[in-house]
Amino acid sequence: MTLLASSSPAVCPGCIAAPKDAVPTTLPDARLIVSLPTIHCQACIAKIEIALNQYPGITNARVNLTQKRALIDAAPEVKASELVSLLEAEGFEAHELDPGVLNDTATHAAGRDLLMRLAVAGFASMNVMLLSVAVWSGATDVTRDLFHWISAAIAVPAIAFSAQPFFRNAWVALRVGRLNMDVPITLAILLAVATSLWETMLSGHHAYFDAALTLTFFLLAGRWLDARARSAARSAAEELTALEVPRAFRVEAGEPVEVSVANLKVGDLILVRPGGRAPVDGVVAHGRSEVDRSMLTGETRPEVYSVGHEISAGEVNLTGPLTLRATAVGQDTSLQRMAALVAIAESGRSRYTSLADRAAKLYAPGVHILSALAFLGWLIWSGDLRVALNIAAAVLIITCPCALGLAVPAVTTAASGRLFGRGLLIKKATALERLAEVDTVVFDKTGTLTTGKPRVSNWEELTSLQRSVAYALAKNSSHPLSRAVARKAASCGCQPARLTGIVEKPGFGSQAVSDGKIVRLGRPDWIGAHPKGDEVCATVDAGDGAIVNLVFEDDERLGAPEVISTLKDLGIHVVLLSGDRMSAVSKFAKQLKVEEWHAAMLPSAKAQFVDALRGRGRRVLMVGDGLNDTAALTTAHVSISPAQALDAARAASDMVLLGQDLSPVVEAILVARQATKRIKENFRIATIYNIIAVPLAVAGLATPLIAAVAMSMSSVTVSLNALRVRGRG
Amino acid sequence: MNVLAFLIPISLILGGLGLVGFLYTLRARQYEDLEGDSRRILTKTWDDHPKP
Repeated sequence: MTLLASSSPAVCPGCIAAPKDAVPTTLPDARLIVSLPTIHCQACIAKIEIALNQYPGITNARVNLTQKRALIDAAPEVKASELVSLLEAEGFEAHELDPGVLNDTATHAAGRDLLMRLAVAGFASMNVMLLSVAVWSGATDVTRDLFHWISAAIAVPAIAFSAQPFFRNAWVALRVGRLNMDVPITLAILLAVATSLWETMLSGHHAYFDAALTLTFFLLAGRWLDARARSAARSAAEELTALEVPRAFRVEAGEPVEVSVANLKVGDLILVRPGGRAPVDGVVAHGRSEVDRSMLTGETRPEVYSVGHEISAGEVNLTGPLTLRATAVGQDTSLQRMAALVAIAESGRSRYTSLADRAAKLYAPGVHILSALAFLGWLIWSGDLRVALNIAAAVLIITCPCALGLAVPAVTTAASGRLFGRGLLIKKATALERLAEVDTVVFDKTGTLTTGKPRVSNWEELTSLQRSVAYALAKNSSHPLSRAVARKAASCGCQPARLTGIVEKPGFGSQAVSDGKIVRLGRPDWIGAHPKGDEVCATVDAGDGAIVNLVFEDDERLGAPEVISTLKDLGIHVVLLSGDRMSAVSKFAKQLKVEEWHAAMLPSAKAQFVDALRGRGRRVLMVGDGLNDTAALTTAHVSISPAQALDAARAASDMVLLGQDLSPVVEAILVARQATKRIKENFRIATIYNIIAVPLAVAGLATPLIAAVAMSMSSVTVSLNALRVRGRG
Repeated sequence: MNVLAFLIPISLILGGLGLVGFLYTLRARQYEDLEGDSRRILTKTWDDHPKP
């Protein structure tokens, strides 16, 4: 996915001014979605809805506070960028979302379906439980039979409807000759209903209708929690993708026209404004500018591009406008080709078996064998098929993985809820378990440990005249290095010099006149300086005869030093891998006290390095953002990428860091370890319940009352234990 | 025990009404924005007459 807007979601895509005569992009149902990350109360809702509903062309606008979005039905001529500026004028941060990417209706429908089945199972189980209480407290003869028949009339249709997800999954597993958790569940439910019906017909004492229904209810609750957590994560991940509305400016008859990237063709002339990302692969046809390739290579030093240079999709244009002639579009761009390679590497991930699956692998055959043995034993010993079948059903019901079905989803829901609150989005279901095993963390440098924003490191070496001239020249430019100079100067309380006739020369620098002398700030080779070393430099000529080089270094990301020192305290090995130059990486590694670092790494070298670590039995967490990291992200045991990363990198990683701060990474590892501990505890609790209850069941002493108590107790204990993850800290 | 003939159907019907009510709210998508709806009741915009 390429985009025109800047990579950072903090910069609003709507701010790129659209030309007045732009052809509106046609949206199928003219449905616009705007993300509103800062809304939090009823006053915000009211203010936004009033503002939107009064806007001409809007038929209906509704705010969803849970998702922090506004859904707008509008006439086709209303453009999202207008609405974004409207809402920003009202004082709300707003971003346009691409409605094509947001298809959470499917996940919502699945959640609603489960909730409906859960409601039916809950209704039926409560009614049957009431009837069962009467039987347990001593109803006899005709009354008991009547109650059993009524229970059957409620239970059979309710189970037929609400237990369908289990039946379907069990059938899918059995058809390919495998066992999963749903096979014993289905068998237990069906056997319980069948024997209970048989018992009812023969006016027997024990019927397990309530147990079968309660079982269904608890298990559905686990499934629903799971579905809800996953759909929340998916919708948040989709929102990140949807923020990058794929638009481009195509030059038609000399005028730039805003079009969707999907409509671009090879040979089109495309304008990339400063700050914009190249939407396609192409050759520069007009203009000269500096281009930031760090997303693709990790290299922080911008390169100068002029007519004839090839530019790849994803590279960011920094200074002057560039016009490209497209050579590859859509799926053929180098960006997409690299993303496709990642999808192939992805299949390696499936080697990990989740804790729940491992438990099921031990558990499912064990239960079946135990139940079959009880059945055979009783059949041989008593010769009574009815007794034997009843005992087998009791064993299956009591051992049924009610607690197991809740153990994992309850813990992961609590843990991912807590981490989401701290700004970490868990995309893959088993990511937490894998994160808990991590013993090595590999960081990318550019854009991950650093913000990708330069910082002036030798400001003190300048004279006050040079400082003020540099500030004045930098203030008027949007080049990242100029902005860094302006930031530094402003923070030092420096006053800008009074200059006249400021001209910016794209790809070179800025020039002005001060007291009749020409002053310049720009590339060293333009001004005639020869910087030593290969650091990122700009040169100031303040007209006083001495030219001086400004040296820039990458600003470290918030929380980076703390994260690295805490990780080391936890006994985790930290490695720094970068595609950047040797000198930049070594300086940065020294600054953050990282002992092992490797510079000038190619994307494949990064992946090989991670693979080698894995070969030595290390569990690697890879944290990276660039396209050059995607292969390594997929190779690693578990991976995290910041929200500012390219779509391909985010798609390859298991978790996404939503804020600017890096510190949730440490917390994620701690929470993941705690969550895994709780999951294992839950399995142990469930096993203890089984150890107590199974002998009773095999001995034929289990009544439906004991089954109901054992099941509810274990489910409730397991859920409460899971909730402990949410609290504390 | 004849009272059972009334009580059981009544309890089932009442429970069923609750279930039908829940399924209606589910189908009417009233659970899409729980946080927003809990806040909306605090505004005075539609206090005097319902939203047209």
